[in-house]
Amino acid sequence: MKRVLIQGGRVLDPQSGRDEVCDVLVEGGKIAAVDREIAAEGCEVIDAGGCWVTPGLIDLHTHLREPGQEYKEDIASGGRSAVAGGFTTVACMANTHPVNDDPSVTDYILDRALHDSPARVFPIAAATQGLKGELMTEMHALVAAGAVAFSDDGKTIMDAGVMRRVLDYAHGVGRPVIVHAEDCTLVGEGVVNEGLVSTRLGLPGNPATAEVIQVARDLHLAELTGCHLHVAHVSTAGAVDLIRAARDRGIFVTAEVTPHHLALTDEATLNFDTNAKMAPPLRSAEDRDACRRGLADGTLDAVATDHAPHAVQEKDVEFTKAPPGIIGFETAIPVVLDLVREGILSPLELIRRMTINPARILHLEYGTLTPGVPADITLIDPEKSWVYDPAKGYSKSRNSPWTGKPMQGRVVSVLVGGEPVYDVERGILTP
Amino acid sequence: MIGRDLLAISDLTAEDLWKILETAEHMQEVGRRDIKKVPTLRGRTIINLFFESSTRTRTSFEIAGKRLSADVVNFSSSGSSLSKDESILDTALTLEAMAPDVVVVRHGVAGVPRRIADALDAPVINAGDGAHEHPTQALLDLFTVYQEKGHLEGLSVAIVGDILNSRVARSNIHAFTKMGAEVRVAAPPTMLPVGVESLGVKPCTSLREAVDGVDVVMVLRIQLERLSGALFPSVREYAATFGLDREKLRYAKDDVIVMHPGPVNRGVELAPDLADHRPSVILEQVRNGVALRMAVLYLIAGRAPAPIAEPKQ
Amino acid sequence: MPNEPTVRTEETPARIETRPGDRVVLDNRGIQRALARIAHEVVERNEDLSNLYLVAIPNGGVPLARRLAASLEKIAEQDVLVGVLDTTLYRDDLVASGERPALRRTEMPSMVDGRIVILVDDVAKTGRTIRAAMDALMDFGRPSRVQVVALIDRGHRELPIKIDYVGKNIPTHPQETVELRGYDGSDDDPLEVVVHAEVEDAAS
Repeated sequence: MKRVLIQGGRVLDPQSGRDEVCDVLVEGGKIAAVDREIAAEGCEVIDAGGCWVTPGLIDLHTHLREPGQEYKEDIASGGRSAVAGGFTTVACMANTHPVNDDPSVTDYILDRALHDSPARVFPIAAATQGLKGELMTEMHALVAAGAVAFSDDGKTIMDAGVMRRVLDYAHGVGRPVIVHAEDCTLVGEGVVNEGLVSTRLGLPGNPATAEVIQVARDLHLAELTGCHLHVAHVSTAGAVDLIRAARDRGIFVTAEVTPHHLALTDEATLNFDTNAKMAPPLRSAEDRDACRRGLADGTLDAVATDHAPHAVQEKDVEFTKAPPGIIGFETAIPVVLDLVREGILSPLELIRRMTINPARILHLEYGTLTPGVPADITLIDPEKSWVYDPAKGYSKSRNSPWTGKPMQGRVVSVLVGGEPVYDVERGILTP
Repeated sequence: MIGRDLLAISDLTAEDLWKILETAEHMQEVGRRDIKKVPTLRGRTIINLFFESSTRTRTSFEIAGKRLSADVVNFSSSGSSLSKDESILDTALTLEAMAPDVVVVRHGVAGVPRRIADALDAPVINAGDGAHEHPTQALLDLFTVYQEKGHLEGLSVAIVGDILNSRVARSNIHAFTKMGAEVRVAAPPTMLPVGVESLGVKPCTSLREAVDGVDVVMVLRIQLERLSGALFPSVREYAATFGLDREKLRYAKDDVIVMHPGPVNRGVELAPDLADHRPSVILEQVRNGVALRMAVLYLIAGRAPAPIAEPKQ
Repeated sequence: MPNEPTVRTEETPARIETRPGDRVVLDNRGIQRALARIAHEVVERNEDLSNLYLVAIPNGGVPLARRLAASLEKIAEQDVLVGVLDTTLYRDDLVASGERPALRRTEMPSMVDGRIVILVDDVAKTGRTIRAAMDALMDFGRPSRVQVVALIDRGHRELPIKIDYVGKNIPTHPQETVELRGYDGSDDDPLEVVVHAEVEDAAS
C-alpha cells in the first residue's frame, strides 16, 4: 500500500483544533496519522518545511460552465484551476445550459467530473425549474442523483410565495437552499454599488439596500419554514448584521463571503474595469470592513470564490453590457491571506472557513485531517511572492482584477485521495 | 495635466482649464476673421466616432477640425456597422488601422471613451459618455461664463435638472468647482445622485433655494422619452416645480445668465421667452463651442508621440 | 484669463535680470538708434506713407513696432497703423513639439488689402517665422507689398527670405539664444537684446 509522509509542515486542522509543526501520514489514499516525527521508512516523503498543511480547501460556490458554455470554462479546466488554487472539492452552480434542474444534467456533471476533473465536484441543483423562480425542481430525485444543495444563483426568487415553498420543500429533503439575495426591482439597471463611486462615474447604482431587503425576507422565510438557508456572497454591512441577529434568534442560517468582497471596494471600478464588475457589486469600504468582521466573528461561515469565468470578448465591452463576475480559484489564497497578515483572522480560523465549515454546510465528509477520511491535502507557502498572470493559470478565462498584481502566498502542492494532483513547479499532475 | 487624451474634467487641474480657455480665446479671434481657417492641422485626420446621435456636438467638432485644416470624417451609428453587433473595440481598432490623428468618441455608456483610449494609439477626446462626463461641453460653458462675467472664482452657479443622469452636470460640477465657483444642484430627489455633496456641491430640493442670489443658472434638458413617469410624475408637475421662468429667476442676481446645453424642451425645463432672449446665452454657448473645440484639438490632436528615450550612457 | 503674453515673467523686475552667460549686444539706446535709422530707410523706400501698415510678430515685435511707428509718425507727420499677428497656428514645427506652444494675441485693426505691410520681428534667424507670418498675412487679404524689419539678424537662414531692414547683424552660434528683454506691455520700458550662451546648469 502506498504511503506518503508529509513532513515538517505547520499542520492546520480546524476540526481538531490542531495548529503545530508535525507530520501527516497518508496510507491507501486516506489520512493514516497526524503526529510529531512519524517514521519515514517505506514512505514517499514530501518536505513541507515552511508550509501550511491544511485539509484540501472546499469552495462551495463556483461556476464551471459545463454543460453549455465550454468556451468560458469546462469541468476539466475548472477542476484544474481549482486544484491549482488549493481547492480539492468544489460545488458548482446550476446556471448551465441546460440548467441543472434535472437529474440527467446532475448525472452528466458528475460523470464529466469523474473523468476530467482533478478536484471533486458536487453539483448544486436549481431550486426552480429553468431558474425561472416559478415551479420548484424535483429535489428528491436531484439529491438522489448527487446534488448537494439547491440554488437559483445568479437570479433571485422574487416571488415570496414561491420562495417559501422552495424552503419548505427543501427542508423536507434535508438540504440547504443557497440564495443570491438581491431585490432585482431595487437593483434595476444598477451595475456598480450605489454610492460615491456611482455618483462620480455616472454609472447606474445598485444600492446595498437591495441585498439587505432580500436577506431580511429570506431570513424570515427561513424562520417560518425551519429550512437551512445559506446566503451566498454577502457584500453589505446590513446583511451581516441581519444574519448575526438571525443566528442569535436560532434561525438556521449560514453565509459565505468572497475573497473579492473581502479585499476590494467599489473604487476598483473607478477606471471602468469590467473585471471589477460583480454581482453583487463591490461595495464601500465600510461594507467590506463589516464583511471582514463578520468573517472573523463567525457570522459569515465560509469563504467561497464565486469563480465565474467569462470570455475576453464578453468582458471587453461597455461596462453596462459586461457580464458580472471574476475567476477566483487561483487568487483566493493570496488574497485572503491578507486577512491573516492584517491580524483579522488566525491561520486556523481562516482555514476553518475554507474547509470544515463549507463541508458541513454541504454535508460533505471532507475538509478535515481526521484519520480515516480521504487524504485531500493542500500545502500552502504563506510567504511565497509571485505575480498573478491568468494566462499562466488553468482557467479558460482571464477575467480577474488581479491580473499583473503582486501576490503573497501560494498553493504549492495538492493531494486528492492521497494522490498528488498539483505541484507549483510541475503543474497539474493528473491527465 | 492635459495628457494625450481628453476624457474627463475630473482628470484636469485648474491650470489646465485656464490654458484651454486662453487658447480658446485666441481661436475665437480666428473665428472672427474673413477667412476662418488656419493651416495648423493640415494633413491630420480627425474621426468623429459617434455611437449615439448628436448633431450639435458632432457638427461643432467637425467645424472646429475644418477650421484648423484637418480632414474630418464622421462615423456615426446610423449607416455603419456600429448599429450591428460589432464590438466597440473592433470598431475602434478598425478605425485605428486607418491612422487617424485624433478620435472623438460619443457613447451612451459611461467609460467607453476610456476603454477606446486604452486600445488606441491615437488620442481620444470624449464627446460625452453616458451619464459620466462631457468635458468639451463643460469647457465651453466655463468659457461662456468667463466671457460674460470676466472671472470665475467666487461665482455662484445653480445646475437644475436630472443631475443623476447628466454628464453635462458632472463635467460642469468638476469644472466650476475647480475654478473656485460655488455650485448648487437642484432637482427632485429622484434625480439627485446619492452623496452628490461628495462632488463639492450643495444639493437643493427647490428651485427657489437653488437660484437665490446666483450668477449663473444652468438648466439641463429633461429626457422626456426616458424619464416620463419614472423619476417625476408628469411634465406638468416638473415644469411647475423645476421649470425655469422669469418669475422664478427673480431671486437670482440682477445680472444672472441662463444656460442650457440644448436642445431645449420649451415650456418644460425652460420658459420659451427665456430660451430666446437675454439673460439666456444659449447661442453664445453654441458659438463658443467651436472656438473651444478648436482649442482642444490644437492642444491634443496630431501631437507627435513622446520621443524615444536615448539609451543611458 | 491670464494677462496678455509678455516677454518677461509676471513680476516686473526693477532692472532687467541678467543671468550667467548673458552678453548684452544692444542696449535701449542702441535699439532706439537702430529703429530711428530703420524709420528713415522705410521713408526712403516707400513713397506713399499713408498706406503703411506695421504688423508686429509677438512677442518681441510688438514694442519694436510701436516705437518704429512713433518714429515714422514724427517723420511723416501722420498716423501709422500697427497690428499684431501671431504666427503660431502657421508654424511648420507643431507636430515635432510635444507640448503645444501657447497662442498669442492677434489684433489686426484694419484690412491689409492694397497696403504696404511691414512685418516687424525682434530676431531673424531661420526665416521660418517670417514664412509663417506671410502665410498668415495672406489669410487677411492681399497687401500691395510686404517688407520685413528685424532688429537683429543672426544669419543661419533656412528659407529664401530676405530681411529688408536690419537693426544689427549679430553673428552667433546656432545653439546660443538671442532675446529681446524688458517688454512687459508698456512702451516706455527700457529694452535690451541679450545673447545667452548655453550654460551647463548644474541644477538640471
